[in-house]
Order: sequence, then C-alpha cells, then structure tokens
Amino acid sequence: MGVTSNRSTGSTGDSLVLQQIPHELAVAVDPAETEAHDRKWTPLKIAIWAGISLLGGLSWVMLAVVRGETVNAIWFVFAAICTYLIGYRFYSNYIEKHLLKPDDRRATPAEYKADGKDFAATDRRVLFGHHFAAIAGAGPLVGPVLAAQMGYLPGTIWIIVGVVLAGAVQDYLVLYFSMRRGGRSLGQMARDELGVVGGTAALIATLVIMIIIVAILALVVVNALAESPWGVFSVGMTIPIALFMGCYLRFFRPGKITEISIIGFVLLIAAIIGGGMIADTEWGSTFFLLDKVTIAWGIIIYGFIAAILPVWLLLAPRDYLSTFMKIGTIGMLAVAIIIIRPEISAPAVSEFASSGTGPVVSGTLFPFLFVTIACGALSGFHALIASGTTPKLIEKERQTRFIGYGGMLMESFVAIMALVAALSIDRGLYFAMNSSPALTGGTIEGAVAFVNGLGMTGVNITPDLLAETAKNVGEESIVSRTGGAPTLAVGLAHIMQQLIGGTSMMSFWYHFAIMFEALFILTAVDAGTRVARFMLQDSLGNFFPKFKNTGWRPGAWAATAIMVAAWGAVLLMGVTDPLGGINTLFPLFGIANQLLAAIALAVCMAIVAKRGLFKYLWVVALPLSFAAVVTIAASFMKIFSTVPAVGYFAQNRAFSGALEAGETSFGTATSVLAMEAVVRNTMVQGVLSIVFVTLAIIVIFTAIQATWKAYRTKANSSSEDPAVQSQIFAPAGLIVTPPEKKLQAEWDALPADKKYTRTGH
Amino acid sequence: MSGGVVGAVKRGARGVAWYLKAMLGEDAYEKYAAHHAARASDPSCAAHEVMTEREFWRDQTDRQDKNPQGRCC
Repeated sequence: MGVTSNRSTGSTGDSLVLQQIPHELAVAVDPAETEAHDRKWTPLKIAIWAGISLLGGLSWVMLAVVRGETVNAIWFVFAAICTYLIGYRFYSNYIEKHLLKPDDRRATPAEYKADGKDFAATDRRVLFGHHFAAIAGAGPLVGPVLAAQMGYLPGTIWIIVGVVLAGAVQDYLVLYFSMRRGGRSLGQMARDELGVVGGTAALIATLVIMIIIVAILALVVVNALAESPWGVFSVGMTIPIALFMGCYLRFFRPGKITEISIIGFVLLIAAIIGGGMIADTEWGSTFFLLDKVTIAWGIIIYGFIAAILPVWLLLAPRDYLSTFMKIGTIGMLAVAIIIIRPEISAPAVSEFASSGTGPVVSGTLFPFLFVTIACGALSGFHALIASGTTPKLIEKERQTRFIGYGGMLMESFVAIMALVAALSIDRGLYFAMNSSPALTGGTIEGAVAFVNGLGMTGVNITPDLLAETAKNVGEESIVSRTGGAPTLAVGLAHIMQQLIGGTSMMSFWYHFAIMFEALFILTAVDAGTRVARFMLQDSLGNFFPKFKNTGWRPGAWAATAIMVAAWGAVLLMGVTDPLGGINTLFPLFGIANQLLAAIALAVCMAIVAKRGLFKYLWVVALPLSFAAVVTIAASFMKIFSTVPAVGYFAQNRAFSGALEAGETSFGTATSVLAMEAVVRNTMVQGVLSIVFVTLAIIVIFTAIQATWKAYRTKANSSSEDPAVQSQIFAPAGLIVTPPEKKLQAEWDALPADKKYTRTGH
Repeated sequence: MSGGVVGAVKRGARGVAWYLKAMLGEDAYEKYAAHHAARASDPSCAAHEVMTEREFWRDQTDRQDKNPQGRCC
C-alpha cells in the first residue's frame, strides 16, 4: 500500500535525496491509488455531485434569470456553496494534477527545517483556520457593501466566479511555490524570477500599496466612529483590554491564551454594553463625541505608538481577540442568514452599473466593479500571507490545495454574506448611509431629498425611517455614514435582531459589528505599519547601513514615523476631502490590491513557464490578464478620463480652472480653501495612480519577458529548494479518503517512539 | 444508548476545545517541547538548549517583534 519511502522518481522530475527511514511505512498514498479513487464514480458519489450541481444551477437561475420582485438570500448562499464545491472538487483538482503536481514524498519546510517555532508542521484543519483568520479582514466586508449600488447580480457573479478562477488560484499557487522554496516571500520570489528590475518594482509597489491599504482601512474606522460616542468608547476600551491581556500573558500566566481570550471577550462585550450606557449620559455623549479629524489624528498617534510598542503588549493580545471575534461573528452571521433568510428587494442590475454616476463609488461596472470588490474575489494582499507564515507550517505538500484554495473560498463566502447583509436593508436607507456628506448635507432632510431625487424605481425613503433606524442602532444620525462598515453593521443588526433580541437589541448588534470590524482594522494598521517599517529600513539600509539593524531604536522610530506620516497624510486627505473621501479613495484601494494580485500572478506565471508547463500556462494567464486589464483600464480612466467624477486630473483641472476664474465655490466645495484641497488631493491621487500603474506594467512586462525566454529556450529549470525525503504522513484534505484512512491506521499502530523521526535542526 | 450519546458529546466537546486551543496557538509550547523531546536521543542535537515554558512564550512574541507579519485587509 502506498509509496514505500525508498522508491523515488519524483513526479516533478526531481530526483529525491533519499535516506532510509527507521520504519517501513509509506509517507504518501500511492498517486495511482489516489487517482483511482478519484476516478471511481460510485452511484452515491454521482448522486451527491448531481445534487450539488442541480441545486447550484437552480440557485443561479433564481438569481440571474427569475429575478422576481424580491429574491431570497438563501439562493445566494446555495449558489455560492455549490459553485465553491464544484470549483474545489474539479478545478483545483485539475490545477493540482497538471500544474503543481505536489509530491507527498517530499518533506515540506515545516519538516526539513523544523525548529519547533517558526517552522512547525501544523494540523491541516488548524492551519486552515490560521490561514483564513490571517487573510480575512475588513476588505471582504467593505467592498461588497459599496458595490451593492450596482445591484446584487454583478457583485455576486464576480465574487463567486472570480474566486474560483482567480482569487483562490492565486492563493493556492503562491502558497505552493513559496512552500517549495522554503517559505520564501513574494518579494524574494519576484527578485529570483523576474530579475533586479522586476523585483525592485514589485518591492516598491508592495510598499506603496501597503501604505494605501492601511490608510483606507483607517478611513473606514474613522467614518464608523465619527460622531458616535458609543463607538468611540467601546472601540477605545479595546486598548486597555488588550494591554491587560498582554500583561496577564507576559507576567501572570504565560501561554494561557484561551483563558485570557475568553476573559478579553467578556470584557469586550462589557465595553459594548457600557458604551451604550455612557453614550446615554450627558457627559459621555459630549466627551466621546469626536469629529472625523480628531479621530483621524487619534488613529495616527495610536498607529505610531502601537507600532513601536513590543508585540506582546498590544498586538499579540489584539490578535487573539480579533481571531476570536472573527470566527465567532462570521459563523453567527452565516447561521443567522440561513435561519432568517432575508428577502432582498434590490434590483439585479441597477442603473448605476451602466451610467457610472452612482453616489457610493463613481464609475461604470467595467472596470470599477472589479476594483471595488477586491478582497473576496481576488486579493493581492493574500500573496503576502501565502508567502509568509503559512508555507512554513504546512505538514504535507498536497494540503496546500485545501489551505490555499479552500481558505480563499471561505473568504469569498464572507464577502457574499456581507453583500447579502448590505442588500437586506432598505435600498433608500442604503443610499442615505453611503452617499457622501457633500451630497446629503449630512442631514435627514438633505438625505431624503438627495436619495429620492436619484430617481430610482421603487425607492422612496421617509425621514421617519432614517430617524427611527438611527434611534434603533443607538446613533445620533446614520446619514452619510460612508465606508461600508456602518452599513454592514446595520445589515447585521437587522438580521441578528430577528434571531435574538428584537428591535431593543439592535443597538447592541450594531455596535458589536462596528467593534468587530474596528478590532481587526486596528490590528491591520498596527501590523501593516510594522511590516512597512521593516521594508523601509531594509531599503534605507542599502544607503545607510545602520538602518539594516532593526534593533537600532532611533532608526526604528524614524522609519516608523515616516511610514505613519505617509499613511496618515492619505488618511487626513480622505477625512477632509470636500468630495467625500471614500468615494474618491476606495477605487485606489481596490486598484492597489488588484495590482498586487497582478504582480503575484506574474511571478507565478514566470515560475510555471520556467518549469516548462506551457500547456497549462492559461490557468495563470487567465486571471493575470483579467487583473491586468481591469487595473490598467481603471488606472487609465482615473488618470485620463475627462469626466471629473471619474478622472482625478479632470477633477483637478475643473477645480483649478474655477479657482483661476476667481470663483469661491465649485461643485461640492463651498469655499476657496475646500477648492484648493480638492486640487491638492486629486493631484496626489492622480500621481499615486500613475505610480501604481507604471510599477505594475514593469512587473507584468518583465514576467512576460521571462515567460517568453523560457519558451524560446525550452527551459526546464526551477528555483525550488532541493527535495528532501519526508518521514511523516498526514491526509491531504478536510475529508480523509479511504486510501488515506488505511495508511493512517498503519501509522497509528506504530509504537509512539517511532512516529517522529528527527529531521531538521 | 444514552451512554453513547454522552460519549459522543464528550468527544465533540473535547474536539472543539482542542481546535480552539490550537487555533489560538495555545499548544505552541507543547509542540516545541515535543519537537525537542523527539530529538533528545540524537547526540548531534544535544547542544540545543531547551527553553522553559516562560522563556518560550517571551521568545515567541519577541520573535514577532523582529519579524513582523502583515494582517490582511
């Protein structure tokens, strides 16, 4: 049974370095046996897959063809899950078989570099959770909410089809290639595969993208907490809670993570409840009522301090809380959506998809839908995670499919749930919350006039609904609460209150959702600043060697300050933007994220080409060309469009023209100062767009060059680490197959002292 | 019959507790200690010093200070 360990001929053509191991058991199921099991279609298996296909097909028909007055949310859930299952079972299997060809006889870095710390073989189900918690943040929750203005169908199709053909493929490939290279980072792989020019461009792009992403995530938090005493108090309380947890773990009971996480969670809930009480008091409602600029400064100062404090004090405990909240809330939302099954009355495709005049984010469906929803369908940022911690923890090569491809499918499902939650609230309410204050004036009357004036069929919002919703969620006002987080929170509160607590619990659920998003955005801000600081120090070190030493305090502080200043400037620009903020900056976030995806896929394409697998190059080329076309088209529109709402420079010209003409107000800017701010902001945004698109084109071009060269020379080279014989066995997927079960039983029967063999030092 | 159910519930609860602990990384020291125990018999590895539990947890967060990892958006 299985492949005995002293037979080699690795399927990738590498000859394995073999050594006799002290037992006679196989470390991998014989590939022929796996293949036979795969191909054996028992009647039960046929019935199950026929059922999945039929249900999936029916759901898509209900969403795309039937499109009744209202659509039930359950069809979104079924369409997503069935498509994921089919994509996972067939497409990722195809990629595994033809493109990646993992070989479980080879040891993974976690085995051959094992040190019990950074490199440690981890149970595949646990690692799946780790990886999912690391990739899923605020992105999949915010993007779909903003894209809901185009109707429910475009976003749903992009999230589900995009993940199967693009997002999950990227994550799987990067994870696999990094694992085969001892856990090398994306930046290092780019340098190896694309040379100095491509590698340097990829590195600079990563750094700039990191800054933009941190800035816009911070902007989402600012928008959610501004003018909300309750939110400010409860999110603010997470800092002392985290400090307490950090000290508890450091000095009192090291390693008792579950215990302190539960204590922390209870304190968090208390902070949410307490926030409600404090917001009700006279002093509380004035003391914690902060405007956007104050909160933005607060986050900038917080970001700097958090990033120079030791990890154990703030970041590590925040991570535990955030993991706890993430898994819990997402699970809770899934259960609630399945039980409540809200009816969705949004149109399948709204008028804004083609007109491009939507107030939430401007631009037409192509390309702006595909950059508004980045995380959930295709997220370049994942390439940094998939080439970071995860590849160092993988137990067996074939598990990369479950963790890389499967983990991304889970994130996509989160995005679908966010979309459903945003769609389940009243459409008029949605637009009142997501149109910038420049359009609504920030008042109920202004919002009603603006939303009803949009001329959408079936939308007729009343002042009462806006006032009542605000009262129910415990906020002063919910008009122009842009950024996606508050809308999602209202949607989640709306769904959860039907399950638990009724209207009186809505304010709790709303602030629970805000807390949940703010928690991991603040963690991302802290961690992102740290990573960016290290990248900057590394680059500065080439000119001033002293900076290379990351333990050198003045250098660390200076580099942190530079990075915080960079994202802080973008954040303040968004907060004070007379045009609205989120609507002008969010496309930049999506473009940045997709450009990173294009860079990651370009690196993958070069690797595949160098392995000589041209027949299957399309698996990478397809998502790469799509990401490239979308981001380059979106960037070009942002740079060259003559429509001021779309083009940064068109906006810039319009405003500077008005200033020259001596006008004192123009468009949504009501003063000369505001007009000057628009001129400045659009210039910065436009220049950033140019930087992004130039860097991405360089990287893609060098990747095509590398691919072409490999094709011409019929290359069959590889930059992988040399193969090492594996000495452990573990199943590949979530469900253990019969051949794996049989082999596992043999391993289980081994005496304990023989199970672990000493590899790695 | 009811004994079977109780047993299944117990097993399920143990499974959930195991998963939660592993997810939060509480088993990190156990894994580290096991890794060293497995190599203890090998004289070529004897030079390695094994950290105590307290030292290990300190070292773990301090290593994160030196090698930060991004969180996703």
